[in-house]
Amino acid sequence: MKSATAKAGAGKPRLTTSAMIASIAGEGQRTKAAPFGHALVELAKQDSSVLGMTADLGKYTDLHIFGQAFPDRYYQMGMAEQLLFGAASGLAAEGFMPFATTYAVFASRRAYDFIHQTIAEEDRNVKIVCALPGLTSGYGPSHQATEDLALFRAMPNMVVIDPCDAHEIGQAVPAMARHRGPAYMRLLRGQVPLVLDEYGYSFELGKAKLLRDGYEVLFISSGIMTMRALEAAKILESDRIDVAVLHVPTIKPLDTATILDCCAKPGRLVIVAENHTVNGGLGEAVAGLLMREGVHPAFRMVGLPDEFLAAGALPTLHDRYGISTDALCTRVKGWLN
Amino acid sequence: MSTAPIGHNVSLERRAWNIRRHAILMGEVQGQGYIAQALDIADVLATAYFHAMRYRPDDPEWDGRDRFLLSNGHYAIALYAALIEAGIIPEDELETYGSDESRLPMSGMASFTPGMEMSGGSLGLGLSIAVGKCLGLKRKGSDSRVYTLFSDGELDEGSVWEAIMSAAHYKLDNLIAIVDINNQQADGASTAVMGFEPLTEKLDAFGWFVQRVDGNDLAAVRAAFDAAKAGYGQGKPSIIIADTLMGKGVPFLETREKNHFIRVEAHEWQLALAALDERKPS
Repeated sequence: MKSATAKAGAGKPRLTTSAMIASIAGEGQRTKAAPFGHALVELAKQDSSVLGMTADLGKYTDLHIFGQAFPDRYYQMGMAEQLLFGAASGLAAEGFMPFATTYAVFASRRAYDFIHQTIAEEDRNVKIVCALPGLTSGYGPSHQATEDLALFRAMPNMVVIDPCDAHEIGQAVPAMARHRGPAYMRLLRGQVPLVLDEYGYSFELGKAKLLRDGYEVLFISSGIMTMRALEAAKILESDRIDVAVLHVPTIKPLDTATILDCCAKPGRLVIVAENHTVNGGLGEAVAGLLMREGVHPAFRMVGLPDEFLAAGALPTLHDRYGISTDALCTRVKGWLN
Repeated sequence: MSTAPIGHNVSLERRAWNIRRHAILMGEVQGQGYIAQALDIADVLATAYFHAMRYRPDDPEWDGRDRFLLSNGHYAIALYAALIEAGIIPEDELETYGSDESRLPMSGMASFTPGMEMSGGSLGLGLSIAVGKCLGLKRKGSDSRVYTLFSDGELDEGSVWEAIMSAAHYKLDNLIAIVDINNQQADGASTAVMGFEPLTEKLDAFGWFVQRVDGNDLAAVRAAFDAAKAGYGQGKPSIIIADTLMGKGVPFLETREKNHFIRVEAHEWQLALAALDERKPS
């Protein structure tokens, strides 16, 4: 890999490229540090069954904060994801509630059968919390979990959560614990944007929530794409395009009633936006729902293409693959014209 | 303090023989089954359930029980036979083996069967679950042991070695693994499919307490279980490498050409029973 700080032409620094870890927070954006780690510490103070487990990624999933607070409830399983989830199943069978962390690519790809058989099929109370969801790493396909939602959606018994920001992660952790059974949550770690607190939002498992209303466009989004949709809505407002945003953090079970209700409102272009391949994620889940229920709004999908994505700086890649705020605005205008 | 349902003075030999008989009867129901494996592992299961383990037949989820994890789920026919013999499953239920709505599917699954602690079928899962259960039992201050049976073919799975490393790392002396070396896996002789010897030395180097025994010599198996149990508090996980003979106890199956799935003709189930009955221990 070439030096990340090589200067181009007239001295304008290039964006740092290909870093494994990069914050998705925009410049000057409000953030909160390690919301998952802190929320888990709070939960563990209330519930002595809560344990933390990781496969050599404690520091990179913010679980180290839990490990520092509760060293004796923290299990380092080594760089062995199959063992991580099998052992989590065993601990759950003995009455504990392990939160097991790694990167989303390793949970969804390498350890899939272990999660399928030892956790989902046995219906064990294991919470799987995974960093670097979708395109949140510039490191290349090895670390870009572009298909995790499709894979975990397909797994019986599994609850699937794609949170937007630090505010939501803080609330989703105790909500996952209240749900008895397996759950998978995408994790944003490090300095995580704070967005949804401004909308008076609170996370409820299985609930989609309308964050703003509008009569021309309805964004249906999850994860960081809700942040992008809200940003796009503000920009489009200045172009007199009125945009609603429905945030769907629980991919499974899907809040079908709220989605149908919002999509049945006539005259709106419905755009599902997701930080995930267009195959098998929120977009196709919503499309299938609308088709089954006979609700047929004008419908578009924004998601990552069905290809191995490039390495590079995240802003470059988000623009290239159409999930940046600017790209969203451009596409909305194109579709409306 | 295994609480055997029928008489306290039943010999281990007779328990093993009963387990073999239950298994053959189940095999006859379906006309198929991993009967050769059931016959080879009957002595190990008899020793586990009627010598080593602590459990309550009428309360299979009693928290004070020792856990038995069947990693090689296709050996379910053998474990069902042991669970029937232990009084955890009623004997008349063997007639449902592998049938629709039965609690006894051909591959063992936790949600189907009392006394079945994990869902097998996909090989290489058991030791990882066992590691978690051992960690959990230690957390709870329980002195229960976790027994897990797996097959020599599972030694090919990388996850097994992940678990082997971690069990030593966490000093899980409440773990007693048994690996069935019958030297037969799906594509042929296990040692030919993927060499795993010298297994004793390997596992010793990984930090385990290793014993290798003739898995069809009840006295040797019993001594190995005793030594493994005595290792509690010594800081090492324990493994019994059990060399077994497929089809053990039914001579015409012992000598049949070795295969992962030994074919038994419809009329041969009764012949197998007759051959077993000729060798009924007191």
